Amino acid sequence: MAKDPNAPKTMESNHRVSSFLSTALFVFISAIIAFPLLAGLTASFRPAREIFQNGMSLNLKVKEWSLHNYTYLFTKFLNPHTTDSVAITDSNKYFMWYKNSLVLTLLTVVLTLLVCYFVAYGMTMYKTKLGNFLFFMVIATMSVPFEILMLPLYQEVTTLGIINTNAGVFLPGLCAASTIFFFRQYMQGLPMELLDAARVDGCTEYGISVKIMMPITKPAFASMAILCAMGSWNNMLWPMLVFRDTSKFTLQIGLNTLLTPYGNNYDLLIAGSMFGIIPILIIYLIFNRYLVAGMTSGAVKG
Amino acid sequence: MKKLLYSQKIAPFVFVLPFCLSLLIFWLYPLVTGIVMSFQDVTFGSSTWVGIQHYQKLAKDPFFRTAVFNSVEYMLLTLLLLVPIPMLLAVLIESRITKARGVWKVIMYIPALTSVVISGMLFRLMFSEGDGGQMNQLMQMIGRASIPWLKSKGTGWVALLLLCMWRWTGVNMLYFVSGLNSIDGTLYESADIDGASPAQTLWYITLPLLKPTTVYVITISVFAGLSMFLESFMLWNGNSSPKNIGLTIVGYLYKRGIEKNDLGYACAVGVVLMIIALIINFIQLFATGTIGPKKED
Repeated sequence: MAKDPNAPKTMESNHRVSSFLSTALFVFISAIIAFPLLAGLTASFRPAREIFQNGMSLNLKVKEWSLHNYTYLFTKFLNPHTTDSVAITDSNKYFMWYKNSLVLTLLTVVLTLLVCYFVAYGMTMYKTKLGNFLFFMVIATMSVPFEILMLPLYQEVTTLGIINTNAGVFLPGLCAASTIFFFRQYMQGLPMELLDAARVDGCTEYGISVKIMMPITKPAFASMAILCAMGSWNNMLWPMLVFRDTSKFTLQIGLNTLLTPYGNNYDLLIAGSMFGIIPILIIYLIFNRYLVAGMTSGAVKG
Repeated sequence: MKKLLYSQKIAPFVFVLPFCLSLLIFWLYPLVTGIVMSFQDVTFGSSTWVGIQHYQKLAKDPFFRTAVFNSVEYMLLTLLLLVPIPMLLAVLIESRITKARGVWKVIMYIPALTSVVISGMLFRLMFSEGDGGQMNQLMQMIGRASIPWLKSKGTGWVALLLLCMWRWTGVNMLYFVSGLNSIDGTLYESADIDGASPAQTLWYITLPLLKPTTVYVITISVFAGLSMFLESFMLWNGNSSPKNIGLTIVGYLYKRGIEKNDLGYACAVGVVLMIIALIINFIQLFATGTIGPKKED
């Protein structure tokens, strides 16, 4: 085909140029995206008072870096004999919120996943009219923004007496529409013959769902666990309404209360924020593949 | 009894029971009470019917008008910024010309891991009004004076939209990437054999076949844009921004319902938000041909 001997060569150099340009573009975008986080990270090594007064600066002034904000944050663990009672209180408060967030996230993930798995199983594995109707309702609940239900739900949770408790936060979201949706999509791709084989072997309906189907749904569990953990760890609006006592606050609500106009908490705030990203970042870097699979499941089939 | 509960007829109902309960208790009930409450004056323990008074008041409420205008404007701007750009980036990153694409995908998703509290705080510090803030240092580098970024709408919204783009560009790109990966590769091969140019391939194969993904991304962007609240709440450190430049519908709902404890009026705000969301979704579903008369090809 190529009669002109120069043709392949120009094509190749064209390819090289476009390859370089495109890669350069993504390097540039990634740099911009990394910038605020890196700026926050470097700022966390700088005096808090200065951050509050001037914002984050472009000059790094590496010589002035210190771990002060972090030692302040970890006072309770690093220097237990300190006499600075404010530092001890602050450190205690932060780790209390951290622990609250961990507990709430763990509870939310385990319960949401289990409930959604069985619900999706019931909708998918038995061809019933009710199942199809309920799946339609799953879609319907997705198309009403949560913020609209927020106030009546707040009243309801108060009446039920679960305000200011973990249950008040996770119960309304236990049957998460997107999680049911994903489990259903995943199960539709599994061989139904397994069920009949298990039935012949004398396995009960519930036995099948736990012993046969659950193990082969593991990848779906992994995807949803990460998304659910992320959502719960970063959730703010609803927990902010439910929790009233400082001792029950999650990390996000706690950090928000540190944002006072006086700026007296910025040492705790900036170091605490950076340390607050770590659990999610670790999970993300390890399970990155599952996360993308779970997140994009709705986008392909529509 | 036990036998019945274990039978193949009853088991499906047992499985879906939690969802039925949750649907009634935590969805239908609040939805209906929300609508009912919007016609009432609600104080603790008692409520009186006021008819459509709240809605009449809303129609004249200048704050509400600002809130609706801001929310709709924000939604439209995010649609402009967060659909075409991520789509093109996805096409580019999936084309074989980009090197080390896995690395860029991982980095571009990281902002979505940060909470609104943390990302909002970072952007507030970057756009601080003093001479020492990063954005003002950049302004000085190009020979301009410092700007009190968050004090006026134009510059404040630059910060708000950048925050939004920072958080969601990577996420939306990944949606489009998975959409691209679901397109049958043989189509590209035959286009190649037929001598189609890259632009033609993009226009006649990639874009039409990406449609389900595009519809999905538009839908979630419409909802997220209309119900945006926390981003502005964090950027302006609370629910009162200067001249209400950051006031959104949900922000107003929060202000009325939680801060001022005027639940009836706040529920009316919520009902209006729901109606706006439904209308926009219908328009969008019609425009994309998902519902309504099918166009003949």
